[in-house]
Amino acid sequence: MAKMTYIKAITSGLDQVLNDDPKTLIFGEDVGKNGGVFRTTVGLQDKYGEDRVFDTPLAESGILGLAIGLALTGWRPIPEIQFMGFTFEAMDGIVGQLARDHYRFGGTKNFPVTIRTPFGGGTHTAEMHADNLENYFVSTPGLRVVTPANPYDAKGMIISAVESDDPVLFMENLKLYRSMKDEVPDDKYTVPLDSAKVVREGKDITIVAYSAEVNESLKAADALAKDNIDAEVIDLRSLSPIDTDTIFASIDKTHKVVVVQEAQKMAGVGAQVASDIAEEKIMSLDAPIGRVAAPDSVYPFAQAENDWIPNADDIEAKARDIFNY
Amino acid sequence: MANGSKQIVDFAKIKATMADPYKHPVQVIDREGKVVNPDILAKYSDDQLVDFMKKMVWERTLHEQTMNFSRQGRLGFYAPTAGEEASEMGSVTAFKEQDFLAPAYRDLPQMIQHGTTVAKGFLWSKGHVEGNIHENKNMLFPQIIIGAQYVETAGVALGIKKNKDKDRVAFVYTGDGGTSQGDWYEGVNFTSAFQAPAVFFVQNNGWAISVPRYKQTAAETLAQKAVAMGVPSVQVDGMDIVAVHEVSKLAREYAAAGNGPVVIETLTYRFGAHSSAGDDPSRYRTKEEEKPWFDADPLIRMRKVLTDKKLWSQDQEDKLVEQYKDDFKEAMKEAEAAPAQKVSDFLKWTYNVPTPSVKKQIAEFEAKESK
Repeated sequence: MAKMTYIKAITSGLDQVLNDDPKTLIFGEDVGKNGGVFRTTVGLQDKYGEDRVFDTPLAESGILGLAIGLALTGWRPIPEIQFMGFTFEAMDGIVGQLARDHYRFGGTKNFPVTIRTPFGGGTHTAEMHADNLENYFVSTPGLRVVTPANPYDAKGMIISAVESDDPVLFMENLKLYRSMKDEVPDDKYTVPLDSAKVVREGKDITIVAYSAEVNESLKAADALAKDNIDAEVIDLRSLSPIDTDTIFASIDKTHKVVVVQEAQKMAGVGAQVASDIAEEKIMSLDAPIGRVAAPDSVYPFAQAENDWIPNADDIEAKARDIFNY
Repeated sequence: MANGSKQIVDFAKIKATMADPYKHPVQVIDREGKVVNPDILAKYSDDQLVDFMKKMVWERTLHEQTMNFSRQGRLGFYAPTAGEEASEMGSVTAFKEQDFLAPAYRDLPQMIQHGTTVAKGFLWSKGHVEGNIHENKNMLFPQIIIGAQYVETAGVALGIKKNKDKDRVAFVYTGDGGTSQGDWYEGVNFTSAFQAPAVFFVQNNGWAISVPRYKQTAAETLAQKAVAMGVPSVQVDGMDIVAVHEVSKLAREYAAAGNGPVVIETLTYRFGAHSSAGDDPSRYRTKEEEKPWFDADPLIRMRKVLTDKKLWSQDQEDKLVEQYKDDFKEAMKEAEAAPAQKVSDFLKWTYNVPTPSVKKQIAEFEAKESK
């Protein structure tokens, strides 16, 4: 087993699926010779040839059309949208077409497309590179939306996503790409696409988070522990569907919950989690549901993004409020 | 630089000449039924010509019958096709069973010719899932989002190329308005970049609902747009079934041979409304405009050619119309007998592997439906 960064773990997973299934194809802008602008697909074109790993013209709607047409002719496409902000250009392809196609064909045709796309704040990118746009996609029936928060899950989940016969939007966090390393098996393994994970056990309060906010939540939990507040941290991993069983089991234990996201607060994943909890578990709660989210402004200009992105201090403060309610 | 001296670039001249290759749309039979290209017509047997006419009579009868059904409230959204018979039947008959069709909403007649049933076409219009399922037939459902079928065709064509399928192409339709979509350019350009086998049809019927062709673009022809993508293209008289068929056949051969895609603009006219859902062309076009197009009716000129050759009679046509009407009434009965749809099925088809909340909703609806 080797220590691997998040990005290397994804490359390793992609290598695995290209090796396992000759019908898998990786394509997008710069994914070929250049290995992607972040080098996620580096070396794969050399290893599997230009037929399997190839550059496309610069047009995201075309990339999605390509994915759907390739799926119709028996391929298992893994398109990359270079930054999540560019998914707007492919909105009809993802939401209007791909997500609906299995339904449209009355379940008679599969569209096993995995769309990889980087997102997430904190790396001072240009506009439309860092936005957390998952809220637009989790309300789309037919589409699975997942995002790993560590290298181990990244490899296991990209393999599961590609092997899934449902379309999957696979969100890769830019800040996590090279900022953390984990033990990652060289061999094949999978991590389920629809289950949350308790990443820190605790008995006093539940913190539900995903992606980069999982690490912030773990930092907050360490700070709370100094005052003997024992927080349990759950990594959602899957944003659609949401694994409510894991969340509810934790709430039955802690009776207090804070829901954390990097995205703006309005009508998103956190709102859905809070609503699910309110619907099923309100009688188990000893305090209101706490929410930590970005303010409802447009994603900030890069210089100021650290003032905007919710961090460990924000989570700790909210958890104290709820704990002491 | 002094006035009148030669400039390094003459934009006015470039603009004035860019449509030059498209000055003469391909034609075999003119609007009076005169054969203007006898060499091409001679390539077609009497049987083939009669078959072309039968298919156009079939499509015109389908149009008229669907308008009746619509008035009776027995169809949902339906896009009338009268006037476009030569364009639709002339093109689709140039393709083989293994070719993949990506239709839009005005292309039900081509879908039926390419192997699905009239009943399925009616079910699509009525809003029934069975109208989308054409198992073992190489086709998508009629696309509603204008342009989406173009980018998907790029993928189908690339898939055909990667599968190394021999003698197989993708073919796709849109209208004049469709060429204004970004997806139109992306679809043609991707297919060209990958040199994948596809034939792109633009059925220029003059109108995108109420917006006339000239408001879509300052380009003199829609065919010339293909030049920018490195794709050969042609304008063809879309009221001349032999001309449409001939260029479609050549385009198919060219694409299937691995030369990349072709764009074909058929010059045709939508005799009726945009759709059966309340559009009234008298709001936006004049009788003076319509008249010459009605006179150019593709059935009139083919009828004349065949009558001159003693291959056709009015009596024969009347009998065919009655036979087709009976077929369409039977198809409507079949469509009306389709089982009621269930929300629990919609939920089952949403994902391949239903999510926990969808599973729960399936159980809820199944309980309701079994009452």
